[in-house]
Amino acid sequence: MTTTEVTWEFFEEQIERPPLTPAQVAWRRFRRHKMALVGVGLLIAIFLYVTVGAFFYSEADANRTDLSITLSPPSPDHPLGTDGTGRCILARTIYGGQISVLIGLFAVIVSVTVGVLIGAISGYYGGHIDAILMRFTEAMFNIPQLFLLILLAKFLSGKIPTFKLLGRSFSGSVIVIIGVIGLTSWMYLARIVRANFLSLKEQEFVTAARCIGSRNFSIIFEHILPNSVAPIVVAATLGVASAIINEAYVSFLGLGVQPPTATWGNMLDQAYHHLDSEPWMWFFPGMLILLTVLGINFVGDGLRDALDPRALTQTE
Amino acid sequence: MTRYIIRRLLQTIPLLLIISVILFVLANKMGDPLASFGGRRRIRSGDRERLTRKLGLDKPILVQYAIWLVGNDWMKVDIDGDGILDEYGTRKGVLRGDFGKSFMEKRPVLEIIKERVSNTLILMLTCEVVILIFSLLIGIYSALRQYSTLDYVFTAFSFIGYSMPIFWLALILMYIFAVNFKQWGLPYFPTIGMYDLAVGRTVGQITWHMVLPVATISIMSVAGYSRYVRSQMLEVISQDYIRTAYAKGLPERMVIMGHALKNAALPLVTIVGMDLPLLLSGAVVTESIFAWPGMGRLFWSAAQDTDIPVLMGILVIISALVVIFQIITDITYTFLDPRIRYD
Amino acid sequence: MAPLLEVQDLTTRFYTLDGIVHAVNGISYTVEEGDTLGIVGESGCGKSVSVLSVMGLIPEPPGKIAAGQVLYKGQDLLQLDRKQMERIRGKEIAMVFQDPMTSLNPVLTIGRQISESLIVHLGMGQEEARRRSVELLDMVGIPQAVDRYSDYPHQFSGGMRQRAMIAMALACSPNIFIADEPTTALDVTIQAQIIDLVKTLRDQLGMAVIWITHDLGIIAGLAEKVLVMYAGFFVERGSVDDIYGDPRHPYTLALLKSVPRVDRTSKERLAVISGLPPDLLGLPPGCPFAPRCTYAVEQCRKENPCLEPIGFGHEIACWVDVTTGRER
Repeated sequence: MTTTEVTWEFFEEQIERPPLTPAQVAWRRFRRHKMALVGVGLLIAIFLYVTVGAFFYSEADANRTDLSITLSPPSPDHPLGTDGTGRCILARTIYGGQISVLIGLFAVIVSVTVGVLIGAISGYYGGHIDAILMRFTEAMFNIPQLFLLILLAKFLSGKIPTFKLLGRSFSGSVIVIIGVIGLTSWMYLARIVRANFLSLKEQEFVTAARCIGSRNFSIIFEHILPNSVAPIVVAATLGVASAIINEAYVSFLGLGVQPPTATWGNMLDQAYHHLDSEPWMWFFPGMLILLTVLGINFVGDGLRDALDPRALTQTE
Repeated sequence: MTRYIIRRLLQTIPLLLIISVILFVLANKMGDPLASFGGRRRIRSGDRERLTRKLGLDKPILVQYAIWLVGNDWMKVDIDGDGILDEYGTRKGVLRGDFGKSFMEKRPVLEIIKERVSNTLILMLTCEVVILIFSLLIGIYSALRQYSTLDYVFTAFSFIGYSMPIFWLALILMYIFAVNFKQWGLPYFPTIGMYDLAVGRTVGQITWHMVLPVATISIMSVAGYSRYVRSQMLEVISQDYIRTAYAKGLPERMVIMGHALKNAALPLVTIVGMDLPLLLSGAVVTESIFAWPGMGRLFWSAAQDTDIPVLMGILVIISALVVIFQIITDITYTFLDPRIRYD
Repeated sequence: MAPLLEVQDLTTRFYTLDGIVHAVNGISYTVEEGDTLGIVGESGCGKSVSVLSVMGLIPEPPGKIAAGQVLYKGQDLLQLDRKQMERIRGKEIAMVFQDPMTSLNPVLTIGRQISESLIVHLGMGQEEARRRSVELLDMVGIPQAVDRYSDYPHQFSGGMRQRAMIAMALACSPNIFIADEPTTALDVTIQAQIIDLVKTLRDQLGMAVIWITHDLGIIAGLAEKVLVMYAGFFVERGSVDDIYGDPRHPYTLALLKSVPRVDRTSKERLAVISGLPPDLLGLPPGCPFAPRCTYAVEQCRKENPCLEPIGFGHEIACWVDVTTGRER
């Protein structure tokens, strides 16, 4: 609540004030969302944890087994305890975090690409193409995701070998998981994008673009798509959260990323058998997942409000 | 109205067909269908060929799909490769419930599934009821008393509950209510199975064993849906007709119960109906953790053993259930919303 | 005779993230039994908020009735608790709103929405309420009222819906009937029918009517007393003849001039009021109309004038005499 000193000159200035761009409006609204800011804070904290942490612990630390100190509780040497083969849980959560987050991000890239493509083509061209694509989308949508995930993960596991990237070695199953999660999460976004396209393509700016001879490709990507950015951004953000959770589920069931590469999910799998005796084994990785996903959900919620198309038409 | 139902049912047939195609392609690519016939002895190559032809596995893929759907026991098959049709095939096809035999147990898949279905249903239905009640209660309260302390508390719980991986929640619940309660000498909840083998399959036993699994699944769903109910109620409350209701001098309870609720509840029907696939997914993990003998657990162990027929059987049944449930939901929605009824 | 309704210095504000919106700024008026009062002003000038304040329908955050009294039969409505206010709303003072489509609950039958008031306020039983509702529907001119009782709002046309809303409002024979732009969302021909309906019912039932609109034409044919509102202030008050025959406030003048007339030649340009509508978040000091006023003088930018009488029952809030030059 603010009261401003209103003099005559100030008043005249106010009338002349230029309107804000949609991006500025959205940013302002986002900033007001306390929860979204908390979310951003959480995400930054997690990001620092998995990146800066890598300077303190090497990957070898994360994978080094030491059978003399298996299953030991948190101690100064190993602040989060050790697991069943004596590996340091703290180090593993750092490197596991990198993978879990990476999987989340890349899986979303896959699903957004597929979803937007299918949604855009379906919505823009309509007719038979639309009918076929939408039937397919609906069919995929109706098969519960986890079941598909499990099946595809099982089917494709072992098909891709371990590889090295940026100084870390990744099990081939990482690629598999990224692909599998990405290929089973695009349906929701495809529907939204299609709905958006259906309504937007009737608008006059599209007709105008056609009049000046723009080609379909250009219309789709340069005209209509930028207008549907809002729901895509929100869906993508929330999609990262969902991808991280899905990875956790699949890994927990033993079908995801294979050890020794750690992810938060497969750490929980190993911990399952030590439920009552060594709670630190599952508590910390799970907590990290919770914090990350929570942060993403907060941010996504804030984004959704900030980018609400209804809000963008109001003058601020 | 009946026309609408019939139209809807007809629309789902192509959908089910496409789903079946997708699943069939998966099933085909995923493994060796003859694995269940091996046992300890190695199959002699001659036997293998005969079996292949008997089951119709040597035919082109489109024919195989057809056989998968409707079986080949109504047509003659050439078994010994001499070009002469000998006997009838032995497959009945998915539409008649023949999903093949489990690799692990060598029994018909449908039989195995049937044993487990009721267990999952017991869990699911209890969860649905609990979820509905709590989502409505929390959501409505939060909407009416927006910005109150309790509203913030509920919102926080919702976000946290909704961001947790379900098995982590299960582990925490288990840790607190089973392991630690036991240590502290309190009555503790069981964590394994549906009933104590010593006592038998009684209602009491099942209820007692159900507490933790139901709590796990419900907390997660309530977290999500209470927020949805809250936002729906908020939207409804800001509508003009609510203002009219107040302008007529109706007491608050009547406005909320009689006017607002009916409007806010409509989309809830759709959501709850569509919840089935999510609940089932949650069931896989929860049943596995709590060793609840249902379809979810079956799926998981089948996945571990790569028991393709069982996996496919469950997938087909579940997908069909999801589609059917969608239709039921749509029709229910049409019943409830008078605006659609008269179209 | 004591006035039925007496509004004194009503001030309503909204506390928003962007600042404080001064929606209603110290207005006063009285309504006697059987009066027909018209409140005129452009969109956003605060007329709806003023009557919603009277009815107690302002949502308390973010709104707040900051000052004033609303005396109905001597009792200050702003001091009543919720239950007491509920007994007045719908029974003694009733209101119809602008858009009948969104103002009616789409999932309840029209009949049920009328019967509710009867059951709650007059204690009628289901059957009796039903019969009376059908009578009311008939009274507002809805044909086949008996069948229409169990129809839903979407099955009515716009004009019929508004008639149903009126039936709902009059169900308990209120003493004051407030109409907030009830015809704005309807075509002109339907508009005329609704206005005639209200006039007939007013004469039949002897109730007071407060009609809010931005349309000067409607007020001319309906009201006896008129209040012109701008930026949450009353700027001119008088009888219908005063306002239309002898307008004295620059805003009233500008409004009347900007109404297109059938008898003007097409060569003349349409007169508009220059400038932008007032921003209720930051009103300038002085008279709110000054930035757009062609008669404005230095004093107008410094101090906000109050309503002062210039004739019998005719008041304006202005520093300037529009017939000459300076006044005060």
